[in-house]
Parts: sequence; C-alpha cells; structure tokens
Amino acid sequence: MSRIAAAFDRLRTRDRKALIPFITAGDPGPGATVPLMHALVDAGADILELGVPFSDPMADGPTIQRSSERALRQGVTLDGVLAMVEAFRTRDTSTPVVLMGYANPIEAMGHEAFAARAQACGVDGVLTVDYPPEESGEWTGHLERHGIDAIFLLSPTTPAARIERVAGLARGYVYYVSLKGVTGAPTLDLDDVADKLARLRARIALPIGVGFGIRDAATAKAVAKLADAVVIGSRIIKEIEGSSEENLLENASRLVRHLRHAIDEVSVS
Amino acid sequence: MKVYDLPDSGGHFGPYGGVFVAETLMAALEELRAQYERYRHDADFQAEFAHELKHYVGRPSPIYHAKRWSARLGGAQILLKREDLNHTGAHKINNAIGQALLARRMGKRRVIAETGAGQHGVASATVAARYGMECVVYMGSVDVARQAANVYRMKLLGAEVVPVESGSRTLKDALNEAMRDWVARVEETFYIIGTVAGPHPYPMMVRDFQAIIGREAIAQMQEEYGRQPDVLIACVGGGSNAIGLFHPYLDTDVRMVGVEAAGLGVESGRHAATLTQGRPGVLHGNRTYLIQDENGQVAETHSISAGLDYPGVGPEHAWLKDSRRAEYAGITDEEALAAFHELCRYEGIMPALESSHALAYAARLAPTLDADRLLLVNLSGRGDKDMATVASASDLTL
Repeated sequence: MSRIAAAFDRLRTRDRKALIPFITAGDPGPGATVPLMHALVDAGADILELGVPFSDPMADGPTIQRSSERALRQGVTLDGVLAMVEAFRTRDTSTPVVLMGYANPIEAMGHEAFAARAQACGVDGVLTVDYPPEESGEWTGHLERHGIDAIFLLSPTTPAARIERVAGLARGYVYYVSLKGVTGAPTLDLDDVADKLARLRARIALPIGVGFGIRDAATAKAVAKLADAVVIGSRIIKEIEGSSEENLLENASRLVRHLRHAIDEVSVS
Repeated sequence: MKVYDLPDSGGHFGPYGGVFVAETLMAALEELRAQYERYRHDADFQAEFAHELKHYVGRPSPIYHAKRWSARLGGAQILLKREDLNHTGAHKINNAIGQALLARRMGKRRVIAETGAGQHGVASATVAARYGMECVVYMGSVDVARQAANVYRMKLLGAEVVPVESGSRTLKDALNEAMRDWVARVEETFYIIGTVAGPHPYPMMVRDFQAIIGREAIAQMQEEYGRQPDVLIACVGGGSNAIGLFHPYLDTDVRMVGVEAAGLGVESGRHAATLTQGRPGVLHGNRTYLIQDENGQVAETHSISAGLDYPGVGPEHAWLKDSRRAEYAGITDEEALAAFHELCRYEGIMPALESSHALAYAARLAPTLDADRLLLVNLSGRGDKDMATVASASDLTL
C-alpha cells in the first residue's frame, strides 16, 4: 500500500481528517525546508505538499508567486527539491510527501528520469498543475511504474464527464479547488463546496482534499466537516514570509497546531 | 497535393500546441472552443468580420514595391505587405476585431488582454471602445516604462492598464497575470490573446483571424504580378503576423522565412531567438520551443523590439520548423536598426522595430538573388511607437 493510502487509512481508524500544509521548497532558503517539514509533521500535518519553484506560476496568486521567486533567486532546482525529500526521508519514513508544480521543470529533467529519481528519494505523489488529464496519458504511466500517485485537481467548473476521466487517472487523493481564482484568493462559499463535493463523491472513490481560500481555524474546521483533507497553502507561506530565521519553525508550528486542533473538533462519522 | 489541416481536435500541431492549463481554466477553454467552432463557419459572423476589416481597419492593405530600396540593395525585388497602414498601425487589429466579435456573441461585456510593446493592448482597447466593452490590459512594469506613449494611448481609449510586478515584469508575466484574472472572473470576461500562442483554441483562432493577410496577398500578387512571390519573410515573436501571411501559402511551394530577434547576438545569451536557440517545453498553455535554462526555468529574453521580446513562440511555428516547411533565422538589434533607417531614407516608410527584423533579413537575402525574384515582406506595423527607442540607440533623447 502506498504511503498516501496508508495515511488515509490510519486517519480513518482514528476518526480524523487529514491536514495537508503546502510550503514552497527552498523558501525562505534551501536550508530551511527539511527542518520545516519535520516541524510541520510534529505540529500535526498528515501529508506534506512541497511546491517546486517555477519561473511562471500561472495558477498561483501573489503569495505563492513570491515564495517561488525567493526560492529561485537562491538557485533552487527540481533536482535540489528531490534532494530535500531524500534528506527528509532519513528521519521520517511514514509521512507522505507530494510534489506540486508545473510541467516544464519536469520535462527538462525528462519524465522517466524524474519518476525514477522521485521514487528513489521517497516522493509519494506528484501534482502537475498544467497537465490536465487530456495531456497526461504518457506521464501518469511513468509515475505508475515507479509507484508514485498522480494527484489531479478538480474545480467547481469541472463537468461530469471530466470528473470521470480524472477518476480513471487519479491515485492517492484528488485536490478540489474550492473556489474560482488562484491560490490565496479571498472568499469561500461553504454551501457551494458541500454541493460540489457530493457531486464528486458520486463519481470518485478516492479521498478528496479541499484547498484554496482556507485561511483560519474556522474555515479549516468548516471544510474538515465536508472533505477528507484540508489543504493550507498561502496562509502558511504568509506566516513564513512574516518570520525571521529564528522564529520561523516556531511560528509555522504554532499555526499548524492551531489548525490541527480546529480540524480535530470534527469527527469522521 | 497534400492538404495542410492542422491542428487536430485537441489543438496539436504534431507534438506541439495542446491545452496545458490548470483545471480551473478547462471549462472556459472548452466553452471558447465550442463557440469558436460554431462561428468560424457561420456566414453572418464571417460577413460582419469582413465588413469591419474593410470599413474600420481599411483593408485590403496594399502590396507596395520598394523599388528604390531594392535597386540600392541590388538583387531581388522587395515587396511590402503594408499592415502598417491598418487602423492603429499594425496587424494586431485584425485579430482583436475577430475576438471582440466573438466575445459579443458569447455575451461577455468585459475583455482583458496582455501586451508587450503595447500594440495588442492598443488594438484591444480600440475594439473595446468600438463595441462598448470594459477593457483591462496587463502589461509588465518594465514595458510600461519603455512604452509610455502606448500606455497613454490605451488610457485615452478608455482601458485600464495594470502594471505587472511579478517575474521579469515583461510580456510573459503580463500573460500569466491575464490568465489569473480570467480564472477569477471567467463568467463575464473574454481574454483576447494577441498572438498565436496559449492553449487551444487560441493558436488556431488567432491564425484564422490573421490569415486575411496571406489570402489578400495571394489575390493581389496574382492580379498585380501574375504570379506568387519566391520568398515570404516575416518577423516572429509569438508569430501572429508571420502565420497570418504564411498559412494560406502552406499548400504551395513558396519558400517562407520567419525572422526572430537575435538581440545582442545569440552568442551573447541576450536574445529572443526561440526557434533557433530554444528547446521544446511547456509554457502558457501550450507545448512549444522555449528559451529556458537547463532546469526548465523560463529565461529572460532580450530584444530592442518589445514585441519580439518573448521566450516562447506559437506552436504552429514549432511544427513548421520541425517539418521544415518554414525556415527560421535570427537578426540582431543592430541589423534591425540599420534596416529601420534604410526604409525611412529610401522609401519614406518608418517601420516598426519588429518588422525591421524581417526587412533586415530581406536586405541580407536580396543581393544573393537575381533581379527578377520577388521577396514579399510582411511590414507588420509602423514605427512611430519606436521613435524614442531608436533615438536612444543613436544616443539621442527626444
């Protein structure tokens, strides 16, 4: 069983929802990422999403763009990100790590070379923002052969036929983008999220994570009532942005503990 | 005869093109694809488009024989397809009208656009004023600073110009930002992309709207010269004016050359010669050649002409290069400037710096050919917007 499936199984037996923080690898500096990953796990993260910095992050809002630019300025590459996961795995062999990024750095490395190296470093899933299912045939095959889950996005505007197409390719979990817009966008309509998730559950057996627009304990708790996993991205990046080298781990941990507590007030049943 | 019929239904030109965007944009692109498919064969739509091109843009644009310049160069005859004479001064208006008419039929009241040099922004602001739509133009803050006259032009036309501060603050970042706007306000917004790049159906749709250039040229050449040119020459940034000229000729044997910006020289690393120096990759919704580093990060480009200063290129050009149907060459800033001055002095025509790259290639090729050969150069825009840049290259300030 994959680490991602095992993580969701463990959560289910403990009657809990998953908390998935997103950080950009190499932000605020290349040395910060591995300690930050451990701190997030200690504070209650179940799965880690690690953003691969890209020069043209079309689907991201200003907060994540800035984090990507900070990492790139310090020379962070896809190869470097994989090395960070490898270093993380020397101490943590159970927490799933999902890479999230754009197609071009992966294509520059080569699909097969990337998949092989990602497997060797202990990557569990990959979400490539700009590979929709229509362009993913050959790509998901490489991931599958190396035991890596292909994570896909679903949006409020995804029609039924495409949901089924994604259901056929997706592994691990699917990531429902809870509102129109880019990462870090402001408002979240919870009734609408509830309606849309019901529509997804009729067609997809995998756990569903919800992200985009979750900024505080109250929205995290509300989303945890509806989804299997809560993804927090821009809010954590903002915390990192506002921290110094000294209090970075402490501030990020405090935020994740706070969200963990809110989510745990919701039980699975 | 082999009939050229690309792209396929998924927007692919061989391995290039396609739809490489986040799920949040897929529904909007599907709606656009379906609507465009409906109207591209709709007689009323095509009649309105033709009417606007004739009465508002001033088409057909003439083909002009640059006799004095040809004689000076000594060799082939240089003919100019005068897109610089269009309303707003460039070929960009052809496409902007086509997309605005489509936006109206789709019930969208708000149009957005990205722009580099500002020509597409001006064209978009123009059609928005013409059809009574709200218009927001995204422009990198570096370009806002170096194209102040066009920024003011857009504002006079009633558009809001939003300076983009992310990334390299140029055209590619403006495109990223326009995409973000579109995702967030997709119901009421139509995104007018200015070149033959982006996700399907844009490369095909923009090509179809610009193909009026080549269709007119075929008829005009037959009427005025009794034959077709020996070589077509056009500058390539994203590649819309070049595709517009080339596409109707694809099923013929006419030689075609796309001219990219070699900037300070390709060996300097400061250029925008995507097809001759780049490698295939994925950016802005399509697979195409890109100027990128070894880690797949898109590199910053350089050209004296803001309209060619783009690290990607339309996917159809990538395919025409690989299939060898078209050739691609580089022209430096210096060569383009020399051609700019020559056309001013010998023909009384001030070309855009973008188009000056195509002219410079013609000036290189003409002396190698006999005097009865015909080179048709797409003079894609006029150069008034570039006066400050040209002056500063001569160490003058206006």
